[in-house]
Amino acid sequence: MDASPADEIKETAQSHSARTPPLHAALGAFTDAPQATEPQDAAAAAPAADDGLDLSLMKKKKKKVKKEDDADVAADEAAPAEGDGAIDLTMKKKKKKKVVKEDDEFAKKLEALNIEGKEGEEAASQEDEQEGDMDQGTGIWAHDETKPISYNALLSRFFALLSQKNPDHASTGTRSYKIPPPQCLREGNKKTIFANLPEICKRMKRADEHVTSYLFAELGTSGSVDGSRRLVIKGRFQQKQIENVLRTYIIEYVTCKTCRSPNTELSKGENRLYFITCNSCGSRRSVQAIKTGFSAQVGKRKKMQG
Amino acid sequence: MSIENLKTYDPFAEADEEDSGQTKQTQEYIHIRIQQRNGRKTLTTVQGIPKKFDAKKILKVVKKEFACNGTIIGDEDSKMGDVIQLQGDQRAKIKDFLTNKDEGLGLDAKTIKVHGF
Repeated sequence: MDASPADEIKETAQSHSARTPPLHAALGAFTDAPQATEPQDAAAAAPAADDGLDLSLMKKKKKKVKKEDDADVAADEAAPAEGDGAIDLTMKKKKKKKVVKEDDEFAKKLEALNIEGKEGEEAASQEDEQEGDMDQGTGIWAHDETKPISYNALLSRFFALLSQKNPDHASTGTRSYKIPPPQCLREGNKKTIFANLPEICKRMKRADEHVTSYLFAELGTSGSVDGSRRLVIKGRFQQKQIENVLRTYIIEYVTCKTCRSPNTELSKGENRLYFITCNSCGSRRSVQAIKTGFSAQVGKRKKMQG
Repeated sequence: MSIENLKTYDPFAEADEEDSGQTKQTQEYIHIRIQQRNGRKTLTTVQGIPKKFDAKKILKVVKKEFACNGTIIGDEDSKMGDVIQLQGDQRAKIKDFLTNKDEGLGLDAKTIKVHGF
């Protein structure tokens, strides 16, 4: 019972994502069909339907198949070409075509011709492909661009924006808890800058100081926070190492042990103990205070100073 | 006849027990930590090995087995007891050693905490 809200969310998310691709494909075919009717081939009608998924990865393959169709049409004006255009071409069909081709020599010549023609057409097809970087607002995404944007492009933009702005929302089905990867820069030779600590803390709903002190205790170093709230850690650390420490932090101080939900709050309860209260199942547990423990003296110079 | 409510009952008995058990447990943790030295060199420190084991003997065995040097650091504050300090990243090895029943100390893996990256 306790996990039911999460399950519901999961279900809806899944059903949503499951529903989208067919719709997206169908609409894609619908919107793109008129664009593709430019006079490219001899057999125009059949390939037009073929071009339905314009921006998808399948494109190249389909083009090839279409070529074979064209060749056949040119060779003997075969009727099945139209049928092929309507139904999605499968591997079986392709094979059959090839067998047919191998039989006549004329097709080989045509194939050679097709390769030439393909290159030309590839260039042509790239023109009506809608390119441009949507983050920078170039190409098709430019502000004063009047060309209609294809449904596929708009849909992918929607999901990109959704996952960017609201990462919890867009997680499809998987209940994994995501935090942005820590960004580690090297300052000089001996210091590491942990740039996106505030962002990560915000996501985890924990105080920066708490996370910082945990990091320092685990890594056995010290450090400071610089002007733009970045954390400067003494010592060389790689992103992977910091990530590991963050992972243990999340296990220890963020996730609820009962329902594994990361939706928890850390608060200082009575008598100096820290408590984690889960917001989704209501359980409450105490957590260990962060202890530094033993730290060996590294280097003689530090000892002199200290 | 006895009145149920007026039985002598120490409400804190249980809590005390629990509390002492907890503190005992936290003290029994063996912490394995790693520390960075200069360059890619590291130190491994093992803190909180139970008193019944002789740290010197452990160190002697461990040094030979891991092919590394190490020392025992007696803490003056006596907060942390003897700390074994080994050169290099020996965290996985020392954990194996502590939990190994035949050749090691045969401790419970739950009492060992590995810190660091």
